[in-house]
Amino acid sequence: MTDAAAAPQSNTATAAPEMLSWDSKSRRVVMLYVPLACFLLILLFPFYWMTVTAFKPNAELYDYATHNPFWITSPTLDHIRHLLFNTSYPHWLWTTMLVSIAATFLSLLSSTLAAYAIQRLRFRGSQYVGLAIYLAYLVPPSILFIPLATMVVRLGLFDTPFALILTYPTFLVPFCTWLLIGYFKSIPYELEECALIDGASRLQILRQITLPLAIPGLISAGIFSFTLSWNEFIYALAFIQSSENKTVPVAILTELVTGDVYQWGALMAGSLLGSLPVAIFYSFFVDYYVSSLTGAVKE
Amino acid sequence: MSATTAPVWTKTRQQPGALARLFDNKAFLIIVCLAPAVGLLMTFLTYPLGLGIWLAFTDTTIGRPGIWVGIENFEFLMEDPIFLNSVFYSVFYTAVATFGKFGLGLWLALLLNQHLPMKSLLRAIILLPWIVPTVLSAIAFWWIYDPQFSIISYLSMKMGLTEGPIDFINTAWPARWSLIFANIWRGIPFVAISLLAGLQTISPSLYEAALLDGATPWQRFRHITFPMLMPILAIVMTFSIIFTFTDFQLVYAITRGGPVNSTHLMATLAFQRGIPGGQLGEGAAIAVAMIPFLVFATLFSYFGLARRKWQQGESND
Repeated sequence: MTDAAAAPQSNTATAAPEMLSWDSKSRRVVMLYVPLACFLLILLFPFYWMTVTAFKPNAELYDYATHNPFWITSPTLDHIRHLLFNTSYPHWLWTTMLVSIAATFLSLLSSTLAAYAIQRLRFRGSQYVGLAIYLAYLVPPSILFIPLATMVVRLGLFDTPFALILTYPTFLVPFCTWLLIGYFKSIPYELEECALIDGASRLQILRQITLPLAIPGLISAGIFSFTLSWNEFIYALAFIQSSENKTVPVAILTELVTGDVYQWGALMAGSLLGSLPVAIFYSFFVDYYVSSLTGAVKE
Repeated sequence: MSATTAPVWTKTRQQPGALARLFDNKAFLIIVCLAPAVGLLMTFLTYPLGLGIWLAFTDTTIGRPGIWVGIENFEFLMEDPIFLNSVFYSVFYTAVATFGKFGLGLWLALLLNQHLPMKSLLRAIILLPWIVPTVLSAIAFWWIYDPQFSIISYLSMKMGLTEGPIDFINTAWPARWSLIFANIWRGIPFVAISLLAGLQTISPSLYEAALLDGATPWQRFRHITFPMLMPILAIVMTFSIIFTFTDFQLVYAITRGGPVNSTHLMATLAFQRGIPGGQLGEGAAIAVAMIPFLVFATLFSYFGLARRKWQQGESND
């Protein structure tokens, strides 16, 4: 699959002699590697800068004249120590983790069942239910947060993690369902028919045949849900007030930014630590992630 | 003992329990399977959407249920220069950022579609800006845009391009462009990886045929790659426009709508008026005012771009 694009190039070299110039080394460097290097440089620079700042002592941080800003002369863990012991950062991390895992679990459960019903238990109008769930993804949180805030207050959930656990599925379920419908479609229906003939009940089929085969799809839906809930901002900003219930993205912006002098070292250390769990989680499953992302778009 | 639906031959095997038989009832199973998802979405998506539209026509504030005031909120907003500016900036932000994201994203996708070493590693690295929480990378941009210690100012001063530090976010227009740049930076990976998936579905035989006909690289791009990419482009662009127009995090983290309200998007203005300001009715009215733009953008990008696909006579799916 990935080599499909390379095939025509090698063909062109043999089929049309004038195309050889396209493959010549210097041209390839100018047309391919230089732009690619520029892209990589720009896309990755903010992360490099974040990391460098997080480990720089304050003396170096604000003195570009005597220290080269791109490098650290004497790395320090002060900012991270400050973050871990003088602020409630560990608590924020814990809350975020809890909320993300609970929201992911809830969305995976409901979207697996929904996708199975829509794709496998075909009933009249199942396409329309699928379309409606998909359209729900097009409703952005920016429109919903004000009415949701009033609802959350009336339900007595304001300033509790449940406010987030229950509202995050609104943007997780549509996407997961969409992704899993596509995944279930790729599992041969004959397998289920065989099981039906052998006398398995619907639940046994779902548990013993469909779900084990759909594990890659479930993993990527889980990664999507986890990263999206970890990154969510506007609901967490609007529904949570007390410092100890805040999630990492909100807490860094509202609790660490104090007064007019910004603690850039601590801010960057907080951002780095807050990005790490998602980045590590994602690096384990990057292949599932990319293939499902591209697979979902192909649908 | 035996169920009404159980045929004779089932006597030879164990009877399933009543619960299992209930779950074999298709209608029951459909309802059970759909209930959690539909229930969640109805309660926390459909209902709030309706509630938001209703709130937009009331004068609700925090702690006081409002009364129906008709279109008073909208009349007030139409004369509010801050709101009008936010509408202008939302449209401008979306237009420029989408253009930038898709131009650069398509370029990056074409580069990645070449034969490269360490391809999967490269793709994984490129997705990073999209994976990392937006607010956290926005804070990194905030630091990069710092008026005094900006690293870009340092570089340009070192190279003699500018005399003093560059002003990124302290006056209106530079702040607007800086935010757009941050948005493009964050959006490129998603566009590039999605379009790369589209590029890889294009059959190599089309390029071979075009080569035999003597097509130039530009002609191959214009008449094969671009039309074949159109369906995916339409979907990705619809999503991108919707989520750029309703963007909140980047602006809130970097400028909070400042300087002097010049970089408010409609979403940040709705937040500022609605939650810290307490004017829930007015905030909801601003949020509802986004809906016509979103519907228009969706219809435009989806039908405007997807029509090409039907013209090519591909299957309607």
